[in-house]
Amino acid sequence: MHKIFLIIQREYLSRVKKKSFIIMTFVVPLLFIAMYAAIFYMFAKRDDLSDTKNVIVVDENGIFRSKLRNTASLNFSYSKKDISDERMAFLSSEYDYLLYIPATQQGITLLSQRKPSVSSISEIESQLNGINHVQQLLSAGIDTGILNSNKSRLQVNARQLTEAGEEDASSWLASGIGFVAAFLIYMSLFIYGVQVMRGVIEEKTNRIIEVIISSVKPFQLMLGKIIGVGLVGLTQFLLWIILCLSLAGAGGSLLLKNKSFNKQVKIEATNPQGQQIHQTGVDNQGLAILNSLESVPLFYTLSVFLFYFLFGFLLYSSIFAAVGSAVDSETETQQFMLPITMPLIFTFIISINLVINNPESNLSFWLSVIPFTSPIAMMIRVPFGVPVWELALSMCLLVAGFLVITWVAARIYRVGILMYGKKASYRELLKWFMYKE
Amino acid sequence: MNIPNNELRLYFISITNFFLLQLLRKCLCLPPQRNNAARAQSICKNMLSVKNIVKQYSNHKALDDVSLDINTGSIFGLLGPNGAGKTSLIRIINQITAPDSGQVLLNGEKLNPSHIGMIGYLPEERGLYKKMEIGEQVIYLSQLKGLSKNEAIKRAKYWFEKLEMQSWWNKKVEDLSKGMQQKVQFVATVIHEPSLIILDEPFSGFDPVNADIIKNEIVELNKKGATIIFSTHRMESVEELCDSIVLLHKSKKILEGKVKDIRNSYRNGTFIIQYLSNSTIAEHNEVFTILDSSQNEELKEVRIKLNDQKTTNDALNYLLPQVQILGLAEIVPTIHEIFVHQVKQSN
Repeated sequence: MHKIFLIIQREYLSRVKKKSFIIMTFVVPLLFIAMYAAIFYMFAKRDDLSDTKNVIVVDENGIFRSKLRNTASLNFSYSKKDISDERMAFLSSEYDYLLYIPATQQGITLLSQRKPSVSSISEIESQLNGINHVQQLLSAGIDTGILNSNKSRLQVNARQLTEAGEEDASSWLASGIGFVAAFLIYMSLFIYGVQVMRGVIEEKTNRIIEVIISSVKPFQLMLGKIIGVGLVGLTQFLLWIILCLSLAGAGGSLLLKNKSFNKQVKIEATNPQGQQIHQTGVDNQGLAILNSLESVPLFYTLSVFLFYFLFGFLLYSSIFAAVGSAVDSETETQQFMLPITMPLIFTFIISINLVINNPESNLSFWLSVIPFTSPIAMMIRVPFGVPVWELALSMCLLVAGFLVITWVAARIYRVGILMYGKKASYRELLKWFMYKE
Repeated sequence: MNIPNNELRLYFISITNFFLLQLLRKCLCLPPQRNNAARAQSICKNMLSVKNIVKQYSNHKALDDVSLDINTGSIFGLLGPNGAGKTSLIRIINQITAPDSGQVLLNGEKLNPSHIGMIGYLPEERGLYKKMEIGEQVIYLSQLKGLSKNEAIKRAKYWFEKLEMQSWWNKKVEDLSKGMQQKVQFVATVIHEPSLIILDEPFSGFDPVNADIIKNEIVELNKKGATIIFSTHRMESVEELCDSIVLLHKSKKILEGKVKDIRNSYRNGTFIIQYLSNSTIAEHNEVFTILDSSQNEELKEVRIKLNDQKTTNDALNYLLPQVQILGLAEIVPTIHEIFVHQVKQSN
């Protein structure tokens, strides 16, 4: 009947009308973007942000003299004095490091007033090795001019051969999309699942539950709540997608101004041997992203994403609902949260570390068909391309899992919502599950 | 992307959609609601018949072979101390839970989902959605009971006006006092014009003024034909309102009947006599025994128990020569006294 629709409507509207929903929808993505921008900014500018260390170099052979490059974090100066003199003066000097290179080049030492940072050591090591390498080549009679002009600039252009022909196989973009999709599902399962649980606890502590279930079946109420909250999630995602697409559209039109020019360059740059020469430049990089975006079917990925979000959510939130029904307040939920959070965290960590690097492995396959783990694991795999039968199997198992879990959860829920002041344990839940109607 | 794959994907998505729809259909499919007008034509003598209900919870029996009949149009008192099984019985009538054995007939029909719209239930533990506006909430609850939206709005406005709560319409529940919330909940209980109204401790939390308002509304609803079940341990209201009662104790029915009959059956020939305090009654006589006596400045009171075969006339004949009588009345035990007596006895 339309009662379940009434419940869905109430659950949906009461959440969508809240201020916090509007804030979540528009402010949270901006916050995320700002956070990542800040991280990238600091990463890019990390040299400016760290202070410069002064290094005094004592080079007994003089091979490295004046050849060490100053960097943002290291500033080299050279001493002609003896190592023992420098060592004496070092502690009272303004230098942070004393680099001692013996004549034999064995036992090169870096003395420091405080513990040296790992990055400083590796920077010095690589510079010394580089200089040494060139020196050895030179002493073998190889001209440095040739060496410099021969710096290797090869790049692998990954292309996927399918029945339809060749297409771009941009793995980094697939990984990126997979990661973002899996992350969003992981987060939203928690956020919206907890909303369902809170709603159940609210009804129970408010004692309105008895009024409601004298009008509708507990199962209808549970399902209505879950679907209502799920629709809120979908609405939020759709708004985010529209937001992102319009932002991307705005960005794309900016890039488009240069597109015709770049295309010409691309054609000219393809030389007769069929070898593509990579162009460096900001415009071309943006274009490359746009081009690879076209290689990932956007609509297909989005619809698979929405499917896995919806059914993953339905599966987990019915457990959340059962947990909510078993307790009297939110503080009591701790002991029941573990079986929900464990598979989610486990899958997420495994997925972003292992599945993403090897989307075709056995582990990846199993994780992406088991209902509890498939919403996250499959989303990692989808951008890389998944055989249709695997996708179908995973989807069917997820739907079946959702039906079974919802059935179990509903049996606990219908008893739990009427139990007050009873400390629920897993044994108690099992008993509730076994109750007859 | 090659075409066969796309087709297959579509195929599988449509299969899952199909199963989803089946599931939805299953949980949405309740028997169609009948309207109350059609139902009113088939009035049964008993609005409700409870037959040999047993309800067992894991470690105790909540109801042990309980049977009762409630006449159509009566006000019925369901009494019992805490934990006697009242709430369990009410939940069964409301189809919130089901009995282990026995059956419940509503208007002669076995209890089924179409009865939901016929029952209005005010639970003892009151509750409303705290963040929802009052008007919206009442409309939502009455829609769940099967009213259309327009009808719900119309009736909610009527009730809000009647109980002088129009100004609350756009307020949130959390902004109302407890008594105000109870009033809202009362409206939500009766708005769909149920033919059976179940009120669990309806007056708790009301101040005397509002309690009277609600009491009058209940009486008025009863006069319009609604059958009312009171679940309470406040006995004054029972004596005043109820036609008949059932007393539950330790999940068993220990007493039932019309209030008048029950009280009469507990008469034991005790009387109270008032007389002027300038004279005294001889202590020992053949007609009655004195239970106790008290006195103030002007009059004395004595409680007597008639001996076997003696009537009040015998007592008066005996007393008239001795004292000047001001009044004589029979002491009929109140339901409260009977209740306490019964519960103590079965303990």
